[in-house]
Amino acid sequence: MSKSAMSAAPVKLPNEPAITPQIVAEHGLAPDEYQRVLSIMGRTPTMVELGIFSAMWSEHCSYKSSKVWLKKLPTSAPWVIQGPGENAGVIDIGDGQAAIFKMESHNHPSYIEPYQGAATGVGGILRDVFTMGARPVANLNALRFGDPKHPKTRHLVSGVVAGIGGYGNCMGIPTVGGETNFHAAYNGNILVNAMTVGIAATDKIFYAAAAGVGNPMVYVGSKTGRDGIHGATMSSTEFNEDSESKRPTVQVGDPFVEKLLLEACLELMATDAIIAIQDMGAAGLTSSSFEMAAKGGLGLEMALDKVPMREDGMNPYELMLSESQERMLMVLKPGREEQARKIFEKWELDFAVIGHLTDTERMVLSWHGDIVGDIPIPPLVTEAPMYERPWTLTPLPPVLDAAKVPAPKDYKASLLTLMGSPDLASKAWIWHQYDHLIMGNTAIRPQDGDAALVRVPGGHKGLAMTSDCTPRYVQAHPETGGRQAVAEAWRNITATGALPLAVTDNMNFGNPTKPEIMGQFAGAIMGMVEACTVLDFPVVSGNVSLYNETEGRPILPTPTIGAVGVIDDIAKAVGSRLTKAGLALVLLGETKGWLGQSLYLRELHGREEGAPPPVDLAVERRNGDFVRGEILGGCIVACHDLSDGGLLVGVAEMCLAGGTGVTMKLPAGTAAPHAFLYGEDQGRYLAATDDGEALMAAASASGIPAVLLGYAGGQVLVVEGLLSLPLAELRAVHEAWLPTYMNSAA
Amino acid sequence: MKAAVLVFPGSNREGDVAQAIELVTGRRPNMIWHGDGDFEKTDLIVVPGGFSYGDYLRCGAMAAQSPVMAEVKRRAAQGVPVLGICNGFQIVTEAGLLPGTLMRNSHLKFVCADVHLKVETSQSLFTNRYQAGQVIKVPVAHAEGNYFADAETLKRLEDRGQIAFRYCAPDGTVDGSGNPNGSINNIAGIFNETKTVMGLMPHPENATEPMFGGTDGKALFEGLVESLS
Repeated sequence: MSKSAMSAAPVKLPNEPAITPQIVAEHGLAPDEYQRVLSIMGRTPTMVELGIFSAMWSEHCSYKSSKVWLKKLPTSAPWVIQGPGENAGVIDIGDGQAAIFKMESHNHPSYIEPYQGAATGVGGILRDVFTMGARPVANLNALRFGDPKHPKTRHLVSGVVAGIGGYGNCMGIPTVGGETNFHAAYNGNILVNAMTVGIAATDKIFYAAAAGVGNPMVYVGSKTGRDGIHGATMSSTEFNEDSESKRPTVQVGDPFVEKLLLEACLELMATDAIIAIQDMGAAGLTSSSFEMAAKGGLGLEMALDKVPMREDGMNPYELMLSESQERMLMVLKPGREEQARKIFEKWELDFAVIGHLTDTERMVLSWHGDIVGDIPIPPLVTEAPMYERPWTLTPLPPVLDAAKVPAPKDYKASLLTLMGSPDLASKAWIWHQYDHLIMGNTAIRPQDGDAALVRVPGGHKGLAMTSDCTPRYVQAHPETGGRQAVAEAWRNITATGALPLAVTDNMNFGNPTKPEIMGQFAGAIMGMVEACTVLDFPVVSGNVSLYNETEGRPILPTPTIGAVGVIDDIAKAVGSRLTKAGLALVLLGETKGWLGQSLYLRELHGREEGAPPPVDLAVERRNGDFVRGEILGGCIVACHDLSDGGLLVGVAEMCLAGGTGVTMKLPAGTAAPHAFLYGEDQGRYLAATDDGEALMAAASASGIPAVLLGYAGGQVLVVEGLLSLPLAELRAVHEAWLPTYMNSAA
Repeated sequence: MKAAVLVFPGSNREGDVAQAIELVTGRRPNMIWHGDGDFEKTDLIVVPGGFSYGDYLRCGAMAAQSPVMAEVKRRAAQGVPVLGICNGFQIVTEAGLLPGTLMRNSHLKFVCADVHLKVETSQSLFTNRYQAGQVIKVPVAHAEGNYFADAETLKRLEDRGQIAFRYCAPDGTVDGSGNPNGSINNIAGIFNETKTVMGLMPHPENATEPMFGGTDGKALFEGLVESLS
């Protein structure tokens, strides 16, 4: 099409409504935002144009409330190949290989329709990773559900877990790790954060920036249907009682087609036919085409009638805004269309040339020859709304005096209460529904270590990966909570012996127009910035989910941290299983007995109070570097970081994972045993070693506080003078809660 | 031993079994696309795990109708050994190479876990490196692994020694406690009458290396190499 074609005013389609203030409001555009649309366009937009602005300027796609804060995160390091801004982050893991990863939320759809919402969340994050040329090697997920007593919780757990499994299992990507919490603050707004890690060759990474005027734009994958229209806008508003009527805006996943799309894309990527590629995720064809053209500084003409359609009677508005799954947009080298078409036809997928690149920097959309939309691309991107919303930091709550928290009358009962509580109980019911072994590279399975460990195909390297956040800490004090989430992820990777390399963040918060919510966001970012800087742990990708509120009640602020680390020789890695009698158990790091915001306080005393445990990042780094060194040197043979529940819960988890008991005693002069055993002081590890004396000496030489707690052996967990608990009894309680809960009638 | 591994749209454990075969033979098996009804002569045909055609019809039902399976049936009739694992077991059953069927797990959920298997016989190409009565640990990963056959078929399988593996407790007790899916008679794997075709739900290919699930599955592939080389 010539340049003159695009200057024609778009035609109005039959039955196209006039743009009224009500239609503008229904598109989630504020009046001043609509004024900006008018000034960019110089005329009233058509419906499809309005829909495009609405989607591109939604919170979900534009990051308009969060961008000013996200910019503060450290994003570079010598090993970072690609930071935030692409489909996923890319880091160099040596030997010409890169790890490509990202975490993304699918919260709102999963609440409305848990199976499809969670399934398509997995599908979307998988596409983000394989779009860049990586074969996915592992999935993780971080799930937050409401109070188990809430009438919807059981249904949501069941649907979300089945959806994640249904998609990942069919794709043949192992789901190797994650976390699951319950809290009443998520009753009306659960969180489903899915993460994918893939591997690519460093010289075969694919990006979204379009290049080459005249080059063909190609659509591949599934046909476009009417599902998920305006999903991005839906996820950018609060929930209310009508939200469940939005079920039709939830997309439906087809993992079989995505598996074919994965194989077809990787097959085509092995050739040199692709110039740029972008998956169609939130806001579908709109955001993918705009991003590709904008990044390449080019224009685009698309004939929407060429888009493969699932049903008759679809219009340009629907085609541009559909969030049908399993679709990709590519720019090919000229003349390579037939080569590409053959591959996609072999995999029985749709393939259509729907347009070409221009030098106009305009997006021109046609429908059976008529222009129906014509939008200048740069102002849509550069003049997108960006808000520095008012924010109020959450003050640090008073520190809780551990001496004023009652000790349990019965230590054995208190440990059983904690180990059988929803947050600490075994999640085996969940991860047994996920194929965590496919590909044959899973070295540390769920529950056997602090991070999952997966062999990098074709060598001896391992990738450690984890997802972490302690929302109750973030709620109490966002800066501390943000710092802690990053530190715990770093610690979990370290506890396997791997070197933590980079982070993907999934920021889940409430309504950003409320200053206290924006203050939570700001505070969490401040804490994350500090931790990522001190720990050399840059953020390479991420996702923001705001408006997680129902009827005005926000979720706990939840900045989920996904992280990846590498170990050069996977044979040197350790898990947390205590498998051998005689091993010495050494506590590394300082214990003051911090009970504020602890699970002990919440589960035993029903109190959520006090300041969360502080994180001294210099100490964190010193302790972690020491532990990693002792693992790689062979001294530490099993390791577990201490987090939720504190020391005694950590010991219990190591016993259960390896099927071996422990006999330990408290250090002489411990004033408050319950604070020592259940305090959640940070920067600590439990290490098992054949040579306790040597580890104690090494710790002392490095200035690391260390306590030789006791030795492994037998089938009983004994804390001298306080409790003696057979592992069988402990295991029964730990493993019973979730299946019992899921199998009981609502 | 020359091995061929079939690949259907939606297969996803073909790489795992190819890796296991390569580990014991030192050579990569041929990967055969589902549309290829005329593939090279081979000593062993493996039908791997996955979700062929999305398993959107009954598991394995569509793959059983593919051109490659028509050829597999011809070669199986000539005595070429066929190993069907998981979705492959479902496919060879649907193709009529083995009796019975695989139903939805009795608890209705996908299950991925290590299970213990009792080796029922060492008298086959597939199990000659095991001892009868030996207990091995290998994983399962399926939603439709609940083996069923009618009473008459079951009696024939039992009487003729066509049961290859049964789910058991870690100490070898076959009492249902180790059965992950509700399979009748705790059946995890079966042979055809000539014991040249074996189907099983568990994944021996995911138990061939010490750090990655143990090595109890490796002997199955070593036994095949010994018999077929």
